Amino acid sequence: MRLRLAASRRAFILGLLILAMLSLVSVLGATGIGRLPIPWKTVIGAIGEGLGLVQSGTVERMPLVVVFDIRLSRVVLSFLVGSALGVAGSVFQGILRNPLADPFTIGVASGAAFGAALAFALGWGGTSYLGLGTIPLLALFGALGALALVLMFGRVQGRLRRDTLVLAGIVVATFLSALIALIKALDEEAVSAIVFWVMGSFQGRGWIHVGFSLPYLILGIYLVVKCARELDILTLGEVQARQLGVEVERVRRRLLVGASLLTAAAVSVSGVIGFVGLVVPHLVRMTMGAAHQRLIVLSAFLGGLGLLWSDVVARTLLRGGEELPVGVVTALVGGPFFCLLLKRRSGGVILD
Amino acid sequence: MISVEGLIAKYGERVVLHGLDFQVGEGELVGLLGPNGSGKTTLLHCLSRVVRLHTGSVAVAGRELSTYPTQELAQVEASVPQRLEISFPFKCIEVVLMGRYPHQHAFGSDSDEDLAVAMEAMRLTDTLDLAQRRITEISGGEAQRVIIARALAQEAKIMLLDEATANLDVAHKMQMFDLFLEKNKQGATFLCAMHDLNLASLYCQRLIFLKQGRIRVDGPTMETFTEENLSNIYETEVRIIPHPDSGAPQAMFVPGESKAQGA
Repeated sequence: MRLRLAASRRAFILGLLILAMLSLVSVLGATGIGRLPIPWKTVIGAIGEGLGLVQSGTVERMPLVVVFDIRLSRVVLSFLVGSALGVAGSVFQGILRNPLADPFTIGVASGAAFGAALAFALGWGGTSYLGLGTIPLLALFGALGALALVLMFGRVQGRLRRDTLVLAGIVVATFLSALIALIKALDEEAVSAIVFWVMGSFQGRGWIHVGFSLPYLILGIYLVVKCARELDILTLGEVQARQLGVEVERVRRRLLVGASLLTAAAVSVSGVIGFVGLVVPHLVRMTMGAAHQRLIVLSAFLGGLGLLWSDVVARTLLRGGEELPVGVVTALVGGPFFCLLLKRRSGGVILD
Repeated sequence: MISVEGLIAKYGERVVLHGLDFQVGEGELVGLLGPNGSGKTTLLHCLSRVVRLHTGSVAVAGRELSTYPTQELAQVEASVPQRLEISFPFKCIEVVLMGRYPHQHAFGSDSDEDLAVAMEAMRLTDTLDLAQRRITEISGGEAQRVIIARALAQEAKIMLLDEATANLDVAHKMQMFDLFLEKNKQGATFLCAMHDLNLASLYCQRLIFLKQGRIRVDGPTMETFTEENLSNIYETEVRIIPHPDSGAPQAMFVPGESKAQGA
């Protein structure tokens, strides 16, 4: 028994190591791939120089800019966003006790999309502050505003309930979607920008976006990891969680805020990228079990890897050099894959 | 151990418990009986502070219920629900280890002691073989024994059981109640909501009968388990015969004599 537990821990650590190695290799590999292929030696040299580890001048100016400023920042950002979505997805599925929930179930994404749409309509799309642009800022405000609304409406007699939470999320999301549609109707010029943003993309994103989202990502991860054990117990339902000594209200609010921060940070710099937050936690849960401490860590890596390579596909698939929205890639790959997962798991889990 | 005074519980405007007064002493094994909707589960939920009390006072282990921090209360009281509703594939050992949460600190992981307690609880409930299986892939009866193991792992002085053995086959039902009796002799206090009258008579020293949110009868099993009480409370004809071995009263029901079906 003790041996088997130790074995399962070893399997987890091994899986973690493999994923960490894969992530490192992927970051380097993906940075070399693009319209201008760059050999891996130059990639490593350029990264070393960019980080100030190698004396400047070792790598030519052109590959240095392409590798470090353009590609590496984008690769890192896509990995971080994927991680955030993977973690947020596993937390939302746990809190809502529904394996079909995803980071966008309670309306955070609609809030972000509304913020972005507003920015486009007001013609702020081009304005930038320290190279950041107003879009991420307004998207973040929108996402956090939506969360605040959901938390407010989801409360019944001072208690945050699971079913009212989902309903409040649907109401807020539907209302915001209507407002977005209104903006589109009133301002036809903004339509294509809004549509493209909503589909999700990393085009033109750089280190500034990494810096912008990083604090929220760290805070979000901290909040959810701290409550991972409570999240396990919460999946048994509110009544049993209380009887096992969990302060349901406090823990649920903390998890909700943490997961929403992760979602908001991700959406604000990349748009609404679907399926990562739905499929990744599923896959991890099926192979490594449901315990959230492990689920969260592994989902972070797998989500990061998944989105990193999806973005590589998005920027290299079309020969002419045009980019696909990465949200289209994840949906095209994730949709059929998810169907396959559901099919294979006949019986097993009850979807309530 | 448990002291209840003037307990009134409501869901919205609907009053479910109309002022209950009773006490359960340390080391008692009490059966909580009554027809569907009589308020058994609500009472247990009040005692485990899942439902907020509207009026009245409840003291547990000499301390007012509302003054307990949540985690501390779970060190004193363990609850076994009617069934497990879970859609995630936790391993059974992980579910049992959740019973150790009341004794753990933030960011902590399961200690060797936690694991030892959990495994002992699984041994007692005959679920050790299931430890590495997923809770979603075992039968309802097996899952029920895993939750009983989880409650035992809490090492609480008070056990609140809500139809804890309703889904079990006869052998496991008896095995679990033998186990409860054993724990009871070691000092644990039990309050068990049950539908199985004869099982209650075999194991409980005292019975509390609830009906429509009021205590109708409360007393030692031998005195309260009578044809008159049972017939009145369950609105069906009952005959009592003594158990051939122990002499405990056992209820026999008479077909076609139900008064519950609206005439």
